[in-house]
Amino acid sequence: MTSVSLTVNGKAVTADVEPRTLLVQFLREGQRLTGTHVGCDTSQCGACVVHLDGEAVKACTTLAVQCDGRTVTTIEGLAAPGGTLHPMQAAFREHHGLQCGYCTPGMIMTAVDLVRRKGHHLDEATIRHELEGNICRCTGYHNIVKAIAAGAEAMAAEPVREAAE
Amino acid sequence: MYAFDYHRPTSVKEAVGLLTDGAKIVAGGHTLLPTMKQRLAAPESLIDLGRIPDLVGIERTPRSLTIAAMTTHGAVAESAEVKEAIPALAELAALIGDPAVRHRGTIGGSVANNDPAADYPAACLALGATILTNKRKLSSEEFFLGLFETALEEGEIVTGVSFPIPHKAAYEKFRNPASRYALVGVFVAKRPSDIRVAVTGSGSNGVFRWTEAEDALAKRFSPKSLEGMSASPDGLNSDLHADAAYRAHLIGVMARRAVQKAADR
Repeated sequence: MTSVSLTVNGKAVTADVEPRTLLVQFLREGQRLTGTHVGCDTSQCGACVVHLDGEAVKACTTLAVQCDGRTVTTIEGLAAPGGTLHPMQAAFREHHGLQCGYCTPGMIMTAVDLVRRKGHHLDEATIRHELEGNICRCTGYHNIVKAIAAGAEAMAAEPVREAAE
Repeated sequence: MYAFDYHRPTSVKEAVGLLTDGAKIVAGGHTLLPTMKQRLAAPESLIDLGRIPDLVGIERTPRSLTIAAMTTHGAVAESAEVKEAIPALAELAALIGDPAVRHRGTIGGSVANNDPAADYPAACLALGATILTNKRKLSSEEFFLGLFETALEEGEIVTGVSFPIPHKAAYEKFRNPASRYALVGVFVAKRPSDIRVAVTGSGSNGVFRWTEAEDALAKRFSPKSLEGMSASPDGLNSDLHADAAYRAHLIGVMARRAVQKAADR
């Protein structure tokens, strides 16, 4: 076992883990943060996307030990204390950007990272291209794209705290 | 995946000291970890290069661009220095995997793995890059030996890649839409001394130079010089995604597009 200390959604966490523990297992099974999903488990589908030091990564292809000393934000860390939704979460609700909801946490974490990199005014082509690492098996992309465009604008209008990052 | 010991050295020297028989180096981990999950690899220990400060960064000199091994694809894709010096290289990095993969995957991992469908080996070969290790400097021709095979010896670690700055260059990639690997990728470089065309994704022995196209382009650097040309299907892969004849055709198409793109720069 190896000791890891990291910040998860703003809270300091220390745990003993086997080196082979994936970040997604650590989050779901160790921290009971089950909002991060496992879809394909092969770094294709994006259901497990979280932020590592503010950058979107696939938690199924990152070891928990690699995150020692670093900061992880999951979908549970996006909403403000008290439960006010992050503007990107609110946009997904408003625009019906989800059907079964399985891909949604990864879609939202990817979308927030996209805004960080490309700004608040995103055209449809950019959003679709940037979503190539996130698969929606309900094929509900149309509303996801609309939600991200709206969420990105809303993030500019309503600067929230930097999540837990 | 099977259990392993985990080491996180803070210097290349320390990493080399840990590099025993059953050990494997992990850079971004986006090839190794999936392989370990499938139990196709079962190293006794992993040596994580992720905390070695010397292995991250991009350095520009008047004639070259040196990218340290642990620099991520995302960092290369967004680097103002890379975009200015060799825009084709930034574009290539932006076509690897997807955004989350690019935040983890590294140039050193890509070249050391020498996947026959990886993108960076084509850039290295076409631009005439030098692969830097803890022991020596190797030309790309010396370094890339074949399918997942490189000239790396025991106790040798890739520390960076140095690219001479070309007059013009471009990369065109026909992506497999599922894996996002290159079904065919062609990197064309007009260098001060010559023109090189390197092809990835196709060769059954990994990345290679398409010399017929190089000769044709030496006369005139224009897509017209390659009109009607396609690569020889001998030695190209046939698999469920594309047969050798289709790949041979695509190489011609991608090469013409790359030359056009480079010529327009």
